Amino acid sequence: MSTKDKLPIFPSRGAQTLMKGRLVGAQKGHSLLKKKADALQIRFRMILSKIIETKTLMGEVMKEAAFSLAEAKFATGDFNQQVLQNVQKAQIKIRTKKDNVAGVTLPVFESYQDGTDSYELAGLARGGQQLAKLKKNYQKAIKLLVELASLQTSFVTLDEVIKLTNRRVNAIEHVIIPRIERTLQYIISELDELEREEFYRLKKIQDKKRIARQKAEAKKAVDAAAATMASNILEENDEDLLF
Amino acid sequence: MALHSAIKGKLLAVIGDEDTCVGFLLGGVGEINKNRHTNFMVVDKNSSVGEIEDTFKRFLKRDDIDIILINQNIAEMIRHVIDAHIQPIPAILEIPSKDHPYDANKDSILRRAKGMFNPEDMI
Repeated sequence: MSTKDKLPIFPSRGAQTLMKGRLVGAQKGHSLLKKKADALQIRFRMILSKIIETKTLMGEVMKEAAFSLAEAKFATGDFNQQVLQNVQKAQIKIRTKKDNVAGVTLPVFESYQDGTDSYELAGLARGGQQLAKLKKNYQKAIKLLVELASLQTSFVTLDEVIKLTNRRVNAIEHVIIPRIERTLQYIISELDELEREEFYRLKKIQDKKRIARQKAEAKKAVDAAAATMASNILEENDEDLLF
Repeated sequence: MALHSAIKGKLLAVIGDEDTCVGFLLGGVGEINKNRHTNFMVVDKNSSVGEIEDTFKRFLKRDDIDIILINQNIAEMIRHVIDAHIQPIPAILEIPSKDHPYDANKDSILRRAKGMFNPEDMI
């Protein structure tokens, strides 16, 4: 038993019950945290596979969007500057919602339409169809990207929380519980030691008492013997008087 | 203010080449605020890395931006800044650009994910 890594506590019965309570508490906390970590891990795996799936899908959607941009350019002529200069208000905005997994809040993004299309008149002269298709494709891409963003945010948050939870689980398992156990052992050994001391003390007292009693008895016997001796002498003298 | 901005919709920001920006603007993400700051940046061959970095950091600081879209080839240029950003919000998404196909191995998030998955699962 190592004496150095234990809680600084006075070894007594009260401390022992206290420690036992703490041990039970630590074990309960450990199992609960482990369950939490498992729940998070399940969610994490799910998100991870979904991210990979969405990322590959995104590649395709973006390719399609870029292609339709080229198409629109071919039909309309170069409209880049016109678009870049003509920015006013965002039409697509993001709302954040909260999702709860085992006590961890995960932000979930959601895109929504707000306001009117500021490029309504773009492509009015020619290429309107291609432009409409282009807008549609990019809106699809944005929707997908927003979804991906919320997955990614959840991923980052969960990653952090899982690491934290695992650290706690390990700390309880490998540091706190052994320390409490060591303290308990120490208390038990100290209490045993005290008991042995007490026992020895009692024995010693009994011994002393016995010796004292023996001494007293011996003294009494000697006294009694002396008394009988004296009386015997007298009695003998008395009996000797008979002629 | 926090409550107010929570109700108000957040924006997407775009850092990318001209075509990417034009596409997303047509999709309807563009916004220009009172100080005439746009929420997108067009990167051409004249833009310096420092310029991109500054814009990216400015986007990170703005509290009305929740998602930053960035072309992967541009993300490569300022990789250290992106890797240093570990907060969940704003989320940074790397998107393929027209002339650079998407490479999953370069993505910050996927690289982090790789440690937990088998390499075979990634493909």
